[in-house]
Amino acid sequence: MTDLILTPNIADPDGFYAALIAAHDGLSDKESAAMNARLILILANQVGDREVLAQALEAAKKSD
Amino acid sequence: MPLDDRYQLAFRLYPYARSADQDAGHPVHHPVIVVGGGPIGLAMALDLGRQGIPVLLLDDHEGVGQGSRAICFAKRCLEIADRYGAAGPMLDKGVVWKIGKVFHDDRQVFEFNLLPEAGHKFPAFINLQQPYFERFLFEQIERERAKGAPIEIRGRNRVEGVTPEAEGVTLDILTPDGPYRLHADWLIACDGAGSPTRKRLGLDFEGRVFEDSFLIADIRMTGEDFPTERWFWFEPHFKSGASALLHRQPDGIWRVDFQIGWDVDRAEELKEENVRRRLDAMLPGVDYEIVWTSIYTFQCRRMRQFRHGRVIFAGDSAHQVSPFGARGANSGMQDVDNLGWKLGLVVRGRAPERLLDSYHEERAFGADENILNSTRATDFITPKSTISHVFRNAVLDLAERHAFARPLVNSGRLSVPCTYDGLSLTGEDALPGAPDRSRPGSPCPDAPLGHGFLLERLGGDFVLLTIDADAPETLEADGLTIRRVALKTADDPTGALAARYLGTATGAVYLIRPDQHVVARWARFDDAATRAALRRACARD
Repeated sequence: MTDLILTPNIADPDGFYAALIAAHDGLSDKESAAMNARLILILANQVGDREVLAQALEAAKKSD
Repeated sequence: MPLDDRYQLAFRLYPYARSADQDAGHPVHHPVIVVGGGPIGLAMALDLGRQGIPVLLLDDHEGVGQGSRAICFAKRCLEIADRYGAAGPMLDKGVVWKIGKVFHDDRQVFEFNLLPEAGHKFPAFINLQQPYFERFLFEQIERERAKGAPIEIRGRNRVEGVTPEAEGVTLDILTPDGPYRLHADWLIACDGAGSPTRKRLGLDFEGRVFEDSFLIADIRMTGEDFPTERWFWFEPHFKSGASALLHRQPDGIWRVDFQIGWDVDRAEELKEENVRRRLDAMLPGVDYEIVWTSIYTFQCRRMRQFRHGRVIFAGDSAHQVSPFGARGANSGMQDVDNLGWKLGLVVRGRAPERLLDSYHEERAFGADENILNSTRATDFITPKSTISHVFRNAVLDLAERHAFARPLVNSGRLSVPCTYDGLSLTGEDALPGAPDRSRPGSPCPDAPLGHGFLLERLGGDFVLLTIDADAPETLEADGLTIRRVALKTADDPTGALAARYLGTATGAVYLIRPDQHVVARWARFDDAATRAALRRACARD
């Protein structure tokens, strides 16, 4: 069984973050929300493993 | 405009004295004139004077201005200062820190320890008020002058006119005794972000304005023994700013920095009671005295060209960054390091003038890297859209619980020197198995030797560094003498030298520039290849 990766795993994190923010340039809040939804679905498909996706959903929930 | 001070002095170092040039009746000629006596101008004069190049520095004040301003001096900057003989007092006076804490609202998101790599003469960086940094450079200039270095500084000499010519520049200068003129082969403009020289020549300075203001207060803590750590708050619970920073300087002084928004009434915000209101909310019950306050805004921009014929721009006059990551004064010192040896060779006729075009090529490359990094930090600290704010806070929330999000938290990426990958002067990499960090174009990483450190041995000339490899003791080429620095694995008590320069190679020959950047490297000495690399590094090809 694969576990959700919660340690640093992105090469060039600053470059990735800048690209992520730039992808939203010029979008309205509603368009940004839709863009995020599409992105999550694309990434979820890449992950594939239901167990890992369940762990990701749990990790994204705020604990407090 | 009368010759009044624009700011108060922290140290009066070079009082106005009438020069014989003012009575000459014609513009007296100087090989190199530097305009501006800030850290970059002082370092420029020091670099050239130590090479024996006569240099005249003109400043419109009589010493160093008050206010801590630049406070973080990074390792590479200290290594450069050390080559000039000025780093000892900086290190003695400066504060070294390793622990940083990041907070969001009332919670600590995470704590980090810089854990700097062992085996370097200098720490990752020190905190030191800019006036001290400048004074220590000036004091080194005085020592070099005593040894005969041809450096002259004229205080209260304000440049009022710059007339570029094909083979030089004529300057109009105002002094308390009236105007006079000078002529120079080369003018180095180190006159800051608002560069009057750049404006006089009508040159561009384009970039991005950040719509936010920051209130700085330097405070002396009385009685409290705060730890020597860097604390950064995003959206602090005490509401003194949209972000806040607390950072230690020498003399029991702390730098506090509040992000206070774009549209602010500066005079109102700088009133002591208003500064105290913000400070008291951040530091309840703490006694302190306010030493200096200022409000700054910033831009990230650079000139399209750093060299305009015989006028060359260095430091903030050529490029400006946000303060996050300490890339202002640190990158300016790298400009000096880069320009000094090139101008020295050109003035002495040992290299063609086009070598100076590589100064622009390399340092504009460095400036772009610095602008990129400081822009990213600024965008993270001051998100400008709803969605970027949502992502920023999501990163902070996740970073509290999960390590993966911590590298995404960006309150400034520490200034590191750039590698001149693939640029005109950079030569071949013919050393299989060698580490990436010392590839051609890189600044040489330091390493401890039995006695002292590698960078002290490299000095400020072209050298051929050999590690377990044969080569001639000296190499004469194009009017230059290349000195060999011969090391063996026996000189490497910690293994750092091998790790940083050999990797899996059993021996190495490195050609290293006067600014301690690698030109090229090989597994064994090859006379023709070395000469070719040297020609390339001097823009002779």
